Amino acid sequence: MSTETLEQKKQEEVVQKPSEALLSKRRKRLISDPLNEDNPITVQVLGICSALAVTVKMEPTLIMSIAVVFVIVFANLIISVLRNLIPNRVRIIVQLAVIATLVTLVSEVLKAYSYDMYKVLGAFVGLIITNCIVMGRLEAFAMGNKPYDSILDGLGSGFGYAWIILTVAFFRELFGSGSIFDFKLFEAVGITNFPTNGLMVDSIGAFMVLGVLIWVQRSKTGYVEH
Amino acid sequence: MRQSNGYIILFTAIMTVIVGGLLSLTSQGLAPAQKKSIELDTKSSILSSVMDREVLGKMKPNEVLTRYNERITSLVVDINGNEITSDEKGGAIVAEEVNILKNYKRKPEERQYPVFKYMSAENPDQVEAYILPVYGAGLWDKIWGYVALDSELKTIVGVSFDHKAETPGLGARIGTPEIQQRYVGKEIYNQKGELVSVTMVKGEGNAGLDDHHVDGLSGATLTAKGVNAMLKNYLNAYQGYFKKLNSGATATL
Repeated sequence: MSTETLEQKKQEEVVQKPSEALLSKRRKRLISDPLNEDNPITVQVLGICSALAVTVKMEPTLIMSIAVVFVIVFANLIISVLRNLIPNRVRIIVQLAVIATLVTLVSEVLKAYSYDMYKVLGAFVGLIITNCIVMGRLEAFAMGNKPYDSILDGLGSGFGYAWIILTVAFFRELFGSGSIFDFKLFEAVGITNFPTNGLMVDSIGAFMVLGVLIWVQRSKTGYVEH
Repeated sequence: MRQSNGYIILFTAIMTVIVGGLLSLTSQGLAPAQKKSIELDTKSSILSSVMDREVLGKMKPNEVLTRYNERITSLVVDINGNEITSDEKGGAIVAEEVNILKNYKRKPEERQYPVFKYMSAENPDQVEAYILPVYGAGLWDKIWGYVALDSELKTIVGVSFDHKAETPGLGARIGTPEIQQRYVGKEIYNQKGELVSVTMVKGEGNAGLDDHHVDGLSGATLTAKGVNAMLKNYLNAYQGYFKKLNSGATATL
């Protein structure tokens, strides 16, 4: 049964891009590993700075997630395409230039078409440049793998980052502001005097939520640091 | 070959040209859309100091701009309250385009002070509220906003504040309607007629505040101090204009 659905899935994918077995087991792992067992935030403990900074509310966090996924996928693709041309001695500079260009593009587009979000995220979008996850993937993966695999790897790491910061933001906005996506949840169900927790709004709250997340995840996967 | 200095220089040179070209193209291409976004943002924050935010939030961009054109007339004054229409180089000054940040960095006497007059809907010659831009420093970075005074220039009818980088959930709350609502109906002069401005007190949940104080922000005392200083500075700077208005000398302005 399970292999059947697997086959079907494969076929669906093949219809979209009929070139090769696009989602082989190895490639699926490229996407699924960073979501859980090799998560960039909770296991590799990268990108903590932005995970703390932007997760006060859900909406900016979502925009930030989209921006990071976009940047990481395209940076991975570009570096992977150029990987045989990039001189080894300046590879970090090249990676940085590619990331910085993509981030600036995101920032400019936000400024033109979503000015409110630009105002909220302003500084943080620029900080994607220094997000260690993006550069880590370029250096560790895209420099040595083919473009398509790199896209998958980028998607995996991007979504691995996204779901963690969205989860953190969910709890922080819920307990810190009593709302979800600025929708006053507690007032809507009739609790008007919900005591919001100032700690959750501070970066400390993010540390605590993140810590609990890491604990829960590691006790499930059995991952231990050596 | 990939490691030779010549190759590295060539590679980085080509990369720089491509990246630079790409960025300047986007910057040029998106400039009109960005300019429109910024214009809309300025005009909606001016309007939000006198209008119901929920109504304003539901208006489409073009409706906001139309409403602005219908109801707002603007002018620029100097510290003595005299209207200025052209700058040192003889170029025309438009109140909406006066850069408050640049002016903030000059000496108070040299600044340009825009005034936005919100005209009554029934009688387009009658001023319903005077909207003044304010600017200052918060805890982390700049804060700014608009203060709307009634036609007698004594009572605040609304404010809208914004900030660049105040702490989310703490100082950043000055940007929320909840906090800005606290300023409505407050007086800026005491009974002797001296300017006392409106001060945000320390701590939150204070009861029995008079007409010159508003409840504070828990955990954001320094942002509140910034707001207080900002209001006082700018209300003070507009005194020249107010005096002229009150004496009737500038009835035609």
